[in-house]
Amino acid sequence: MNQNPPIPPIEGPLCPLPLRHDETIVLGHGSGGQMTHDLIQKVFLATLGRSCLPNGNDSASLALPTTPGRLAISTDSHIVTPLFFPGGDIGRLAVCGTVNDISMSGAQPLYLTAGFILEEGLPIQTLQRVLLSMQTAAAQAGVQFVAGDTKVVEHGKADGLFINTTGFGWIPEGRTIGGEHAQPGDVILLSGPIGDHGIAVLAARGELGFEAEVESDVAPLNHLIAAALQAAPHIHVLRDPTRGGLATTLCEIALQSQVGIWLDEDRIPIRPTVRAAAEMLGFDPLYIANEGKVILIVPADEADAALTTLRAHSYGQLAERIGEVRRDPPGRTLLRTTIGGTRVLDMLAGEMLPRIC
Amino acid sequence: MRYVQEFRNAQLVRNTLNELRRIVTRPWVLMEICGGQTHAILQYGLDQLLPPEIELIHGPGCPVCVTPLEQIDRALEIARQPNVIFCSFGDMLRVPGSQHDLFSIRAAGAQVRTVYSPLDAVRIAQQNPDRQVVFFAIGFETTAPANAASVLQAQALHLKNYSILTSQVLVPPAMHAILSSPARRVQGFLAAGHVCAVMGYWQYPPIAEQYHVPMTVTGFEPLDLAQGILTTVRMLEQDSCEVKNAYTRAVTYEGNRPAQAMIEQVFTVCDRNWRGIGLIPQSGLNLRPEFAEFDAEQRFQVAHIQPQESPLCIAGQVLQGLKKPADCPAFGKQCTPQKPLGAPMVSSEGACAAYYRYGRTISLNSTSQP
Repeated sequence: MNQNPPIPPIEGPLCPLPLRHDETIVLGHGSGGQMTHDLIQKVFLATLGRSCLPNGNDSASLALPTTPGRLAISTDSHIVTPLFFPGGDIGRLAVCGTVNDISMSGAQPLYLTAGFILEEGLPIQTLQRVLLSMQTAAAQAGVQFVAGDTKVVEHGKADGLFINTTGFGWIPEGRTIGGEHAQPGDVILLSGPIGDHGIAVLAARGELGFEAEVESDVAPLNHLIAAALQAAPHIHVLRDPTRGGLATTLCEIALQSQVGIWLDEDRIPIRPTVRAAAEMLGFDPLYIANEGKVILIVPADEADAALTTLRAHSYGQLAERIGEVRRDPPGRTLLRTTIGGTRVLDMLAGEMLPRIC
Repeated sequence: MRYVQEFRNAQLVRNTLNELRRIVTRPWVLMEICGGQTHAILQYGLDQLLPPEIELIHGPGCPVCVTPLEQIDRALEIARQPNVIFCSFGDMLRVPGSQHDLFSIRAAGAQVRTVYSPLDAVRIAQQNPDRQVVFFAIGFETTAPANAASVLQAQALHLKNYSILTSQVLVPPAMHAILSSPARRVQGFLAAGHVCAVMGYWQYPPIAEQYHVPMTVTGFEPLDLAQGILTTVRMLEQDSCEVKNAYTRAVTYEGNRPAQAMIEQVFTVCDRNWRGIGLIPQSGLNLRPEFAEFDAEQRFQVAHIQPQESPLCIAGQVLQGLKKPADCPAFGKQCTPQKPLGAPMVSSEGACAAYYRYGRTISLNSTSQP
């Protein structure tokens, strides 16, 4: 992209050539004119791929699968500071977040759209890095970008780069997976240790005041879930415990299904570094965000098969059986503590605040 | 995780509680001073495992909860000013003043930053010489040394743009206040481990003797708490009123002398209002006159702000251990962590928030089996 176009032959006096602005985003990149066109051609399409994005048209036209089923749609806007953190970046997050949301309905994710809000002054190299990461994650998940949009806002009006992604997937006929389907007797599985993403981002912000070698778990979970569905075709609930963490997500499911959710504190996997960092900060790992974990609520007779399959997959090696669903108390989530007590888990109230001492 | 995991050992906790069951002969009422202890008790469900004779009531030791309304309103007034960067521990942001909280002030454009240490605020002051940086210096004897250190550091750096809004409180005067109350129910104390790590426990034997109340310096892990309860109940059963230390890995009798000296150098004892309790004589710390230039109250002239507390909230009685959070008619209804009426519902160390989060009001006995 550093190859300058040939300069046209000049006759007579002319205005000075405007600067090329190919290193940082300026307002002109959002004008809809030549600069926008160049940005889309040289940066977006060059990275995300030309084949599937509509060739200059206003919309994409796609054929849906011919097998019977229903369309799953999910949209999510992504903001994160810093844009790059150990284990991921805003681009990987934007792809995986939506791929995972689609997958939680038992759908196979197929297509993505991406909308970008760019802040004036954003290095174009940063944008390219993010786009490359999006392309890598999309390839890993096996989804295609089919539409995109970009806008530029004045310096100070956005935090570098915001990304919205919308995903489309296909739910095979007969599959009903959702938070309202948990049943007494079901087993609760978790695909791996919690809290990695939240702590990794805090560490990358330099807010910990100490070193913590934790990588975000951000990952597309669709293949893991497809494998689990092969092994346990009657999965009742799939849910990724993102913001609000494991506890908030399970509280939602208990309410939706009007069942009692019982967890064993001893069984919930948490990395020692995450546990220690959370303890020093006064955070509860049960409420810290994850971006590459899934909760599976499955009939008891399929639980072992599901767990074995999860553990055989690279994103589920540390999967655990963390509890069970009961009739009582309806709408509540309870934790059997390490010392044998019981405590009620509630949803995260607002912003997670570090404790004073 | 050495020195932590051992103190969460379920078998050791069970053994300690079995011993407690063996020795207890009659009902006893104990108070854990510190909000961190309240949270650990409810987080691990330790209260459900105690013999029925033992009742725990929750003390005033949540620094966020007892910070008086006028200090919060003063903080809001200072934070609103356009050239100020206001720094605070995270859980102060949600504490309601008489109209707003720091969150809403921040949303309206004020520069409010969460820090983990007052020394971070000093660094922010160095980096922003054209702004006034104010740290909300709240807390018990545990936070006082670091707050004092920040003032000394700012002085050494000749910073003219750093000040602290002080709302430091002291534990022993609060114990006097609780024990001399005519409604007193407390028969024994679990003294706050972290406060004692700084102050030692040389201040406590005269109090134990005066009111004939045994106390045990107690840590924050389940085994620490079980041992603290066992030690205190054993003294009660023997009609003794000593002060014992069940947190020897962190606390000595003398405490941290250099930290105490730093508090002494920077602060002087003053009368202080406790939110929900009222004025307790000689229960607070203020900057000494020679450090007046670091006093945000003077720099921003906010001392005249004197709001009145809402009559709905029974925080005072909760903080004194006279009532349980669930006794409050507003608990879980008008007052929740999402919309707190009183301070103990705000902080993760507040008794009401701890009850709401870990216990609510449901009876666990009726639901412990399917």
